[in-house]
Amino acid sequence: MKKLRKPVYATAGYNTVSFGSGRKEFNPKKPRPGLEEYITEAGKGVIAQINDVNNIDEGIISNFMAARFNRQGNLAAMIPMIHPSLEYKPCTRVEGACGSGGLGLYTSVKSILSDVSDVVLTIGVEVQNTVKAVYGADILAGAGHYRTERKEGHVYFFPAKFSDRAGACYDKFGYDYMRKGMAHWYVHAITNARKNPKAQEYHNTIEDLLAAGMTPPNPNVFCEHINVYDCSKVSDGASALIFASEEGLKKIGIDKKYAIEVVGWGQSQADISKKPEEPTRLTTTRRSVEKAYEMSGLGPKDIGVLEVHDCFTIGGLLHLEATGVVGYGEGAAFVAEGKTAMDGEMPTNPTGGLVGFGHYTGGTGTRQAVDLVHQLTGKAGDCQVKINSNRPYGMLISMGGNDRTVTCMIFRRAA
Amino acid sequence: MTFDERLRNVSVIGAAGKMGSGIALLLAQEMAKQKLKPENKNVPYRLNLIDVNDVALDGLQTYLKGQLIKAGEKTTVLLRDLYKNREDLVENYDVIAAFVDDAMSLFRLGTDLGMAKNSHIIFEAVVEDKNIKVDLLKKLDQLTGKDAVYFTNTSSIPINVLNREANLGGRIIGFHFYNPPAVQKLAELIAADQTKPELKEMSLELAKRLRKTIVPSNDIAGFIGNGHFLRDGLHAIREAKKLADEYTLPGAIYIMNKVSQDLLVRPMGIFQLIDYVGVNVYQCISETVSGYIKGENLKDDLLAKMIQKKVLGGQRADGSQKDGFLKYEKGRPAGVYDLEKSEYKMFDPSGWSGEIDKKLGDYPKGIVPWRNLLMDPKKDEKLTVYFKNLNASNTLGAKLAKAYLKNSKEIGEFLVKSGVAKSAQDVNNVLLNGFYHLYGPINDYI
Ligand SMILES: NC(=O)c1ccc[n+]([C@@H]2O[C@H](COP(=O)([O-])OP(=O)(O)OC[C@H]3O[C@@H](n4cnc5c(N)ncnc54)[C@H](O)[C@@H]3O)[C@@H](O)[C@H]2O)c1
Repeated sequence: MKKLRKPVYATAGYNTVSFGSGRKEFNPKKPRPGLEEYITEAGKGVIAQINDVNNIDEGIISNFMAARFNRQGNLAAMIPMIHPSLEYKPCTRVEGACGSGGLGLYTSVKSILSDVSDVVLTIGVEVQNTVKAVYGADILAGAGHYRTERKEGHVYFFPAKFSDRAGACYDKFGYDYMRKGMAHWYVHAITNARKNPKAQEYHNTIEDLLAAGMTPPNPNVFCEHINVYDCSKVSDGASALIFASEEGLKKIGIDKKYAIEVVGWGQSQADISKKPEEPTRLTTTRRSVEKAYEMSGLGPKDIGVLEVHDCFTIGGLLHLEATGVVGYGEGAAFVAEGKTAMDGEMPTNPTGGLVGFGHYTGGTGTRQAVDLVHQLTGKAGDCQVKINSNRPYGMLISMGGNDRTVTCMIFRRAA
Repeated sequence: MTFDERLRNVSVIGAAGKMGSGIALLLAQEMAKQKLKPENKNVPYRLNLIDVNDVALDGLQTYLKGQLIKAGEKTTVLLRDLYKNREDLVENYDVIAAFVDDAMSLFRLGTDLGMAKNSHIIFEAVVEDKNIKVDLLKKLDQLTGKDAVYFTNTSSIPINVLNREANLGGRIIGFHFYNPPAVQKLAELIAADQTKPELKEMSLELAKRLRKTIVPSNDIAGFIGNGHFLRDGLHAIREAKKLADEYTLPGAIYIMNKVSQDLLVRPMGIFQLIDYVGVNVYQCISETVSGYIKGENLKDDLLAKMIQKKVLGGQRADGSQKDGFLKYEKGRPAGVYDLEKSEYKMFDPSGWSGEIDKKLGDYPKGIVPWRNLLMDPKKDEKLTVYFKNLNASNTLGAKLAKAYLKNSKEIGEFLVKSGVAKSAQDVNNVLLNGFYHLYGPINDYI
């Protein structure tokens, strides 16, 4: 793997609220903001942190399925809506299912490295509360292979895919052990989200979170091996940040201490028409992580804060294992022992993750990068994790489909 | 002819009404499932929806479509399985749309009774008027050539009377759905003396297919559900009249409604329930039942007075509550009708209604609103504690509540003693499942 030919920085992050059921102000019968509002809010949130919008050279927008959720294509053309001076700037939309955000980060980094741009505005967005859950499930199923999988698939296609993975883990490691780990993941996610006013679960009032998480799965109502608390919710929202070169940072007037630096990444693509090799492991994710470690010369012991893609609690556990922070089958115990907590051995998803913060699918990878900007520059407020100087790195994993499209990226504070 | 064969051609008369439209919806779902079975591939299925009101039939089509979509969205797991051999139907959206189309294609809507000619099963849900029902059943029986069986939804007319006067030879049974039929789990089954045993069996099979809980009731006007409701309501009206001297009639209605909801831990107060059913429907039940039951006064002039003022309650087409004894704002009672002034007297917590609340006294300890207890696994324990405290209390509210509970229990026991219900359990089942009470009227709480 090649070394970076020059430094690439990320800065000026902004997340909107992750909106949907669970938020007090959410009312499915009332009109809600759309793509336009979310993109503009996130974009303006970034622009407010830099000196001059004219210094943005390029825009990248990540989104999964606006064509179906919102009947809208050509999303790159929504970037100029943010500010008139973005009109006629080069803009690109990228898509890789729920891993679209990760691809947006990767694309932005490449643009800086190629000397095409010095300042890239990267946005990720998804607005999904436009259809009922039963139809939303159809749309999200597009992350799987339509021709070979959809017809036989479950009503709730993706939950069922991860339910199958959970079932395989029950067989291998025992139901009680896994169930407890998944329930603790839920507790962990909600506990963190309650500290974050923008999280979808910020208003969560469930008293006994563990009991909720332990609810036995009921295939008559939902999936065979997972319950509804194991799932991230349907979310609307957007995130945005700046990727910049050394010169770019200067141009937009951002001090390096408010920026983070990319130290490595890995992007891997698996064949959508093939079934996952091994249901109890995320092999594509593992590949991406290995590439990022190799490029940066780092390993799990160097990571001080982790952002993983827990679209389902079981996914969170498997991601943890794919990072090498814990061994195969050890994720459940690690979480149950509180080791992912903000003051634990490996602080993970400190703003709530997909289960707690919310999951605006195509924008989630972007949101993870924004949160790492905040964490590594000490601006994460009530969700701030203590970053130790002996392991100052933050790592994110953005996953699309059933472990098909995976981006891993590692950062450290720039100065 | 098997039940499944009969199900191939069914008619609903009065299909555009409240009950008829719900029954049509239930039947459409079951018949569509039959039609989709591979063995029924080329078998024609028909659901004739007949009503004298042509305008309402227009609305029925739209209503049924909307409801079928919702039903499809709730049963998508089953639908994906039903359509598993249809390669062209892949997404949830595809199977739901196909199901709605298949169900809609069963319907034949019209005003002509002749459409029922080839039906083997006929549901009757026209207005509660004996002469209209008898006349209709006679006509139908001529058309169908004495082969059809009839399920009547009458709330209060004895099935024996309908059977005899329409000369049906036992091909009729009372299948009394609750409103709204698609939602309420309960149906009372009422056989006439002559009702054919096959028809009783068919009814049980039908209940299973439509996922209804059956409680048998004897053929005595009002049956169990309305037998209790009618007398329960009359008790409240008569108590209110007694209280009127001191609290005015609107004040007294306010009191009885509040006591029957809060202190009896019921889903709604008694006057709200009468409004929900419709003041005129309640009056109609009272008149009909009175016509068949001697030696008991089951009428009250207050009802006629309300109807004279055209204060009728009932629901609008969108399901929202119309004003009746009470006035509703956002679906909640907000005022009470003043017959003398012909206007609503709005509740006033810092004025008259607040004064009354004070006179009713503090609520006994352990009281929990119905809504909060509904799903509570410890509800029986909590109710026991609460009713013990109610028994020990001597406030005005507690006295009225105790008298109310006692009366409700007596009605229940009377229904068993007079042979309307086979057992106390059946009475309790009707109130639990058809009226969503948390406890049956025949209990040891009082
Ligand atoms: N509403 C309830 O809560 C309820 C509950 C249980 C049973 N019931 C019973 O169900 C029956 C229908 O009640 P509803 O509340 O649906 O009344 P409704 O007034 O809503 O509907 C009656 C329908 O019958 C139609 N109709 C009248 N005469 C007709 C005729 N000769 N031929 C064809 N159609 C005719 C009307 O146009 C109307 O659409 C009654 O017997 C009633 O006692 C009502």
